[in-house]
Amino acid sequence: MIRFANVYKEYPRTGAALNDVSFAVGKGEFVFLTGPSGAGKSSILKLIYMDELPTRGDVWVSGTRSRGVKRREISMLRRRLGVVFQDFRLLEDRTVEANVAFALEVIDVPPDKIRGKVSRLLTQVGLASKATNYPRELSGGEQQRVAIARALANDPFVLVADEPTGNLDDRATRGVFQLLRDINAGGTAVIMATHNLDLVKRSDCRVLEINRGQVVFDSAEEKRRMPEITP
Amino acid sequence: MRLAARETLIGFRRAPMLSALSITTIAFSLFAFGLFSLVALNLRSALQQVESRVEIRGFLIEDASPEAIANAMEIIGTYPEVARVEYVSPEQALERARTELQEFRDVFEAGFLPASLDIRLRDGHRDPATVESVAEKVKEFDFVNDVRFGAEWVAKLYTIRNVATAAGIILGLAFAAVAVIIISATIRMAVMARAREISIMRLVGATDAFIRRPFLIEGFIKGIAGGALALLLTWVASRVISQYFIQTEYFDLRLASLGLLGGAIIGVVGSAVSVGRQVRKVS
Repeated sequence: MIRFANVYKEYPRTGAALNDVSFAVGKGEFVFLTGPSGAGKSSILKLIYMDELPTRGDVWVSGTRSRGVKRREISMLRRRLGVVFQDFRLLEDRTVEANVAFALEVIDVPPDKIRGKVSRLLTQVGLASKATNYPRELSGGEQQRVAIARALANDPFVLVADEPTGNLDDRATRGVFQLLRDINAGGTAVIMATHNLDLVKRSDCRVLEINRGQVVFDSAEEKRRMPEITP
Repeated sequence: MRLAARETLIGFRRAPMLSALSITTIAFSLFAFGLFSLVALNLRSALQQVESRVEIRGFLIEDASPEAIANAMEIIGTYPEVARVEYVSPEQALERARTELQEFRDVFEAGFLPASLDIRLRDGHRDPATVESVAEKVKEFDFVNDVRFGAEWVAKLYTIRNVATAAGIILGLAFAAVAVIIISATIRMAVMARAREISIMRLVGATDAFIRRPFLIEGFIKGIAGGALALLLTWVASRVISQYFIQTEYFDLRLASLGLLGGAIIGVVGSAVSVGRQVRKVS
């Protein structure tokens, strides 16, 4: 579903961000991307939703290959994946429901379908009662739920989350994480970059640890190797 | 399309000063063009009136024989440019002079004015070159003493009209270029003001064409508004001129619509020139 093959990413000013990164994520997986700041987690996420393209190597996302990809193909790819950020990226001058509806309007979903869909999404993230509120009237956790509802609007096969709990307190973090688990249980893959090691330790999800632009630990690889080590 | 229209409105609301600036520049560029067009238009209708009165008058010598005159009238009547040839006897000439120039009626005496052939030209054959060529041909008859026509001032009017048209086009184009530059500069600010929406649109899979659409609609509306404002300004100018100087004619519906179309083209071109580049800068 998602495959990185010997991916290098260099920026003109800051130099190498990724150094020969290879891994694959299957359908419906939940993967944590961990590692210190500047390790390359965000670069990996940006390469997945093709906000950036590799300097060398290839990224495949659900049949779309990074090499020679056209802008239109990137737009079409993004209609099949969802992205959430630490800073929510909501439109402050629009209500919660308008924020979610926006994602559907820009891909020309008919207006009569949007209303029902938005209401189902807000129910799914537990915000049905806040549909007419503005983002500034909500807590951080609630705002992130709105962002998640928006990311789910086009029924993505994967949800890419860049530090989604980075601005939240413990309680809100647990709530958002549980929501992501529920979404994953419904069959949507989740790739979540995080600093929160507690969250990682408490779950049994796959962990990809990134350091200095390289994958230094992959719990899936470890599991595969375990039978060889234990006699 | 509904979303594009709404985003356009949001654009206007967020940056009213920028919108006003764009509309005003379009309006002034078209106003400059409009003023010269108005001059050209009025000169044209003045010329048409003058032209319809253009006559070639060939004065005859006293002892011209009636047969020769009748013969000449027949020949002149066959020229393709000629609509009508009329013989004016000295008595008729006197009568006409007395009617047209009332204050001098006592000055004119019988035999004072010569007989003449008055030649009227067809529509579309009254330009200076044709008038002159017909006059030359009339002059060749031996019994034609002298030929008179308003050649010089017809030619002058034509020149003024051409100069006014050319000046209008050159100034209008120069202003239109300035308007396009200013609009494309304001697009940069408009894109920045909507950077958040644009980046979210991108994230959820909006195509570049979709993202550009509200800006183009905005350019179109600004252009139409600028065109309308220019028409209003030109109308005021034409009223003022009519009231204090000389009666003027205003654009008809077709020309006014062309003015609006011109505005719309400036608005859309101005937006299209830079919106693609600016939108790509937003990640």
